[in-house]
Amino acid sequence: MTCKCGHDDAATKQEALQKALDKYRTVRGALIPLLQEAQEIYGYLPREVMQQISGALGVPFSKTFGVATFYAQFHLKPRGRNIIRICQGTACHVRGASRIFESVSENLGVGINGTTDDLRFTLETVACLGACGLAPAMMVNDDTHGRLSPDKAVETLKQYE
Amino acid sequence: MTNVRLTINGRQVSVPAGSTILDAAAAQGIFIPTFCHDPGLPGVASCRICVVEVKGSKNLTPACMTAVREGMVVETESPAVVEARKTILELILANHPQDCLTCEKNGDCRLQDYAFLYGIKESGFKGERHNYPVEDDNPYIIRDMNKCILCGKCVRTCAQVEGRAVIDYAFRGFNTKVAPPMNTTLGESDCVYCGRCVAVCPVGALLYKPLAGKGRVWEIDREPVTCTFCESGCQFFLNRKNGRVIGVTAGTPGPGRPLCLKGRLGMELLHCDDPVTPQLKKGDQFEEVSWAEALGLAGVMEKIKKLEGK
Amino acid sequence: MNNLMDKCCDKCVHSPRTPCRDYVVCRLEGPVCHQDEACKEKRIRFRSEVNPAPGQGRTVICVCAGGCTSSGSMKILDRLEKAVADKGLGGSVEVRRVGCHGFCEQGPIVTLEPDKIFYTQVTEADVDDILASIGDRPVERLLYTNPETGEKVVGYDQVPFYTRQKKLVLKNCGFINPERIDQYVAMGGYRALVKVLFNMTPQEVVDEVKVSGLRGRGGAGFPTGVKWQGALNAKNDKKYVICNADEGDPGAFMDRSVLEGDPHAVLEGMIICGYATGSDEGYIYVRAEYPMAIHRLKIAIAHAEQYGLLGDNILNSGFNFHLKIKAGAGAFVCGEGTALMTSIEGNRGMPRFKVGRSTEKGLWEKPTTLNNVETFANVPVIINEGGGWYASIGTEKSKGTKIFSLTGKVINTGLVEVPMGATLRQIIFDVGGGILGGKEFKAVQAGGPSGGCLPSEHLGLPIDYDSLGAVGAMMGSGGLVVMDETTCMVDVARYFLNFTQNESCGKCTPCREGTKRMLEILTRICEGQGVPGDIDTLDRLSRVIVKTSLCGLGQSAPNPVISTLMYFKDEYLAHINDKRCPAGVCTALLVYSINAEKCNGCGLCAKNCPANAITGEKKQPHVIDTKACIKCGNCIQKCKFGAVEKK
Ligand SMILES: Cc1cc2nc3c(=O)[nH]c(=O)nc-3n(C[C@H](O)[C@H](O)[C@H](O)COP(=O)(O)O)c2cc1C
Ligand code: SF4
Ligand code: SF4
Ligand code: SF4
Ligand code: FES
Ligand code: FES
Repeated sequence: MTCKCGHDDAATKQEALQKALDKYRTVRGALIPLLQEAQEIYGYLPREVMQQISGALGVPFSKTFGVATFYAQFHLKPRGRNIIRICQGTACHVRGASRIFESVSENLGVGINGTTDDLRFTLETVACLGACGLAPAMMVNDDTHGRLSPDKAVETLKQYE
Repeated sequence: MTNVRLTINGRQVSVPAGSTILDAAAAQGIFIPTFCHDPGLPGVASCRICVVEVKGSKNLTPACMTAVREGMVVETESPAVVEARKTILELILANHPQDCLTCEKNGDCRLQDYAFLYGIKESGFKGERHNYPVEDDNPYIIRDMNKCILCGKCVRTCAQVEGRAVIDYAFRGFNTKVAPPMNTTLGESDCVYCGRCVAVCPVGALLYKPLAGKGRVWEIDREPVTCTFCESGCQFFLNRKNGRVIGVTAGTPGPGRPLCLKGRLGMELLHCDDPVTPQLKKGDQFEEVSWAEALGLAGVMEKIKKLEGK
Repeated sequence: MNNLMDKCCDKCVHSPRTPCRDYVVCRLEGPVCHQDEACKEKRIRFRSEVNPAPGQGRTVICVCAGGCTSSGSMKILDRLEKAVADKGLGGSVEVRRVGCHGFCEQGPIVTLEPDKIFYTQVTEADVDDILASIGDRPVERLLYTNPETGEKVVGYDQVPFYTRQKKLVLKNCGFINPERIDQYVAMGGYRALVKVLFNMTPQEVVDEVKVSGLRGRGGAGFPTGVKWQGALNAKNDKKYVICNADEGDPGAFMDRSVLEGDPHAVLEGMIICGYATGSDEGYIYVRAEYPMAIHRLKIAIAHAEQYGLLGDNILNSGFNFHLKIKAGAGAFVCGEGTALMTSIEGNRGMPRFKVGRSTEKGLWEKPTTLNNVETFANVPVIINEGGGWYASIGTEKSKGTKIFSLTGKVINTGLVEVPMGATLRQIIFDVGGGILGGKEFKAVQAGGPSGGCLPSEHLGLPIDYDSLGAVGAMMGSGGLVVMDETTCMVDVARYFLNFTQNESCGKCTPCREGTKRMLEILTRICEGQGVPGDIDTLDRLSRVIVKTSLCGLGQSAPNPVISTLMYFKDEYLAHINDKRCPAGVCTALLVYSINAEKCNGCGLCAKNCPANAITGEKKQPHVIDTKACIKCGNCIQKCKFGAVEKK
């Protein structure tokens, strides 16, 4: 996602995508795993990528778009380098998850599903992280952080560049 | 084939095994409303307007896809059923423009018919409604997704022709919408304007643009014709008002009947008293073209001219 | 030999290509194919290294590498491993990365085996003391204090949170390293698989499961044996087994803990199911939010394949079974069986109207057995101990144990496994230690978004599938969220409706449009805009949505509203008629005022009011202009005398 020089980066990504396309071309039910891999490569799902996937799998583009917009995991616009997901699950809710969200949101200056201008963070919510024993909790990329307070949540973000 | 006996609204009925409750009721002349059901399309049982009460089940079941069982006892208009249908209609209307007076579909709309049948004047629910722009950027179909009830018939019929599937469900939940890829308009999509979708839409979400404003439903007579341009033999309707043919619309899409724009335009040219100049997409834009070009006959016409003119 | 799975000597012929059928027994009890005391001794020694007996001079330090990583257990692990290496203790001390101990509240948790020493809230700085204490007195300050007696306890077998549980499914969680198959085998793992492959016919396996009375742990409680019978009876060239690991109920994390703490138990259950139903291919559908579970499953599958316990010709029995992982993509509704299958097939996860059972026509139209993670994890126990034994635990119609995730305003949050039929009071007060902060118990929400809220009058209810259903709640996946007097039940209902409304797939009209309207009405009520007809409208919408929705999501979405209306109707009425939130939660309905008797006129509140709504003379009681007040709550926090009140 740190695309500065343009061409080379695009070429590497295309190469990686091509590999994934070749891997899944003949696999049944491959649309979702392929979209997942493509999103790993590009950070989001650009139109052309979805078109290539449709072509490779012989799936109508309208269906690929329909699948991509059904699942919360898929994003059609570029996102930040670090993804913050603040839990809004029951356990976290009763232990003040909304205050965590507000303080992070205020600190970053973005609302739900917003991305900071420097592409450092994208702020999302999630239904439950399965860390309810540590409520309120949030996830940054693949790390779970629990027992948060509004201040501690903001503090935690500093370690992510 | 073996028969199954069941009771519908107190009447003993015997129907072939494998029939649905809807079939069984229809055979008895008992009417059950449907939105998403269409005998020519795979079933989805999603609109839930056809629910009926089956003795012994906790919930109501959709008549359109539930197979009959021996000894089944069905009520199609019990208080629970009526409450459910009324509520579903109200829920649909709560998210549907109430402009029936000027709607082209007025008089030929299932939502209207059922609201009348169940005495729904207006929706008791107030809240968020969809506010999509009405799509009017192609010469053939007007698409107003605010009126869509998400029955999905258009999606299914479009997908029945190999290589089309121009539209599909997009997004999720309350935001679900039938859309071409990237949520563009039909005009920007790869739609071929065959009109299959318009033919199956139960409400005013999809309309023929060439007919818009030309007459009310009850002023128009529809006469079936069979297209002779190719061996598929698709069905079309000649729409007649005051004896004049004002337009041609696609008939029921059947198996192996692709329905195509060329066919319909050809029918228009043949039968309309005042055919509208056809348009084709050139790059991103629609342009008026000659009938010869629209029907793909430009080369043939040249040759005929050359041969017969000499 | 430093791996149980290695050959004992050259006589051992086992390899995945040429699997030995006695392989698992051999690993546990010594070679079967040849008599050799040295080989036997190697096997048994390794086994006891994994599970040492007291007095053997061996200590295993178990550190949670599951939930506790979010409270810093990885750092402890690194330090411990380094210190053990530096001090050359490797021969007698093993540092083990284990799954969740269940008592997340007290994490990071470190236990020392075989002495059962139980340390809580450990930090990196405690590492040296822990190592120094081995063979000596335990580190006093890290021991858990029994809140009932106020005394420190040494062993986890004296911690009330654990003593009142019965761990069948979670027995390995927190003890073995989930990334090491040999530790699972050393604890008796895959013995059930051997038993079914060589001593039981598929029908006998199904019968055993039927006898056990096991019911699906994913929510609906369908009898597992009956389901398997259906799949076994189905005639087809291809059948599938699917494990539902989509655990989406907010507030539930038992499946996650099992997958992360003891993944092989799930694999073993699935392979047995494959054998019993005549299937050779399985999928595990895991939600994308569980990367660690996916990681451990991948390792577990690779190991099981590498050791010939999964794949073609398992243990030379002629039985083939292959497993694939499917990562979900973020849709709660995909936990519903038909939606899950549609999703595996590569579609939008919209449920399908079922014509017949999935065991006849499921994934790709083939007979499919779908079970929950916990359901599968119960299967090896049933095979090993016998269905009859299993059926002796629990209530008349619900057998065995159930894992609950206990969360909310309860002192001991975490995972608890108790026999079916335990009462809510036992779980919340005995195991859970009661309500946080000495507050009053108000309700417990059982069964997630499809469940209901039960008031204190039901605390004595022995819980199983049927009893919960009878009082308007549900077993669901086993989430128990405890609520105290400061929880507003209308707000809770709104919260759940917001969840289901967001997760509705949008396919059928009543759920798509109806939950939206219900949410709007509840939001209005919480904001003080409720009107008297609202309760009737909610009633009617609930009834219709339950009765007409296509799938379980819609059919159960109104449950939180139905149950709160049933038990807490006066709270709704207070919101609607009196514009009052009795629990003091719904901001729009709160009125802030100053108690003149307590106020000494310091003026701190007035200084901190962003809306300048507080006025008063110095040293005189102040007053709040309720029209100007924006209800930020600053004044309450600032007042040192507790004079500001909200009602
Ligand atoms: C909306 C919805 C969500 C569900 N989510 C899950 C889930 O996350 N995990 C699960 O095991 N079952 C879930 N279920 C239940 C499954 O449909 C199914 O009954 C279960 O997986 C069958 O396995 P069992 O018999 O072992 O319980 C869900 C059901 C519904 C209607
Ligand atoms: S006009 Fe034909 S091609 Fe276009 S969306 Fe409708 S059915 Fe599909
Ligand atoms: S546009 Fe018409 S046919 Fe298509 S889903 Fe909407 S209502 Fe149904
Ligand atoms: S009940 Fe809700 S989630 Fe289930 S099919 Fe209908 S819209 Fe989808
Ligand atoms: S409710 Fe927040 S982690 Fe489960
Ligand atoms: S017509 Fe039966 S559910 Fe739509």
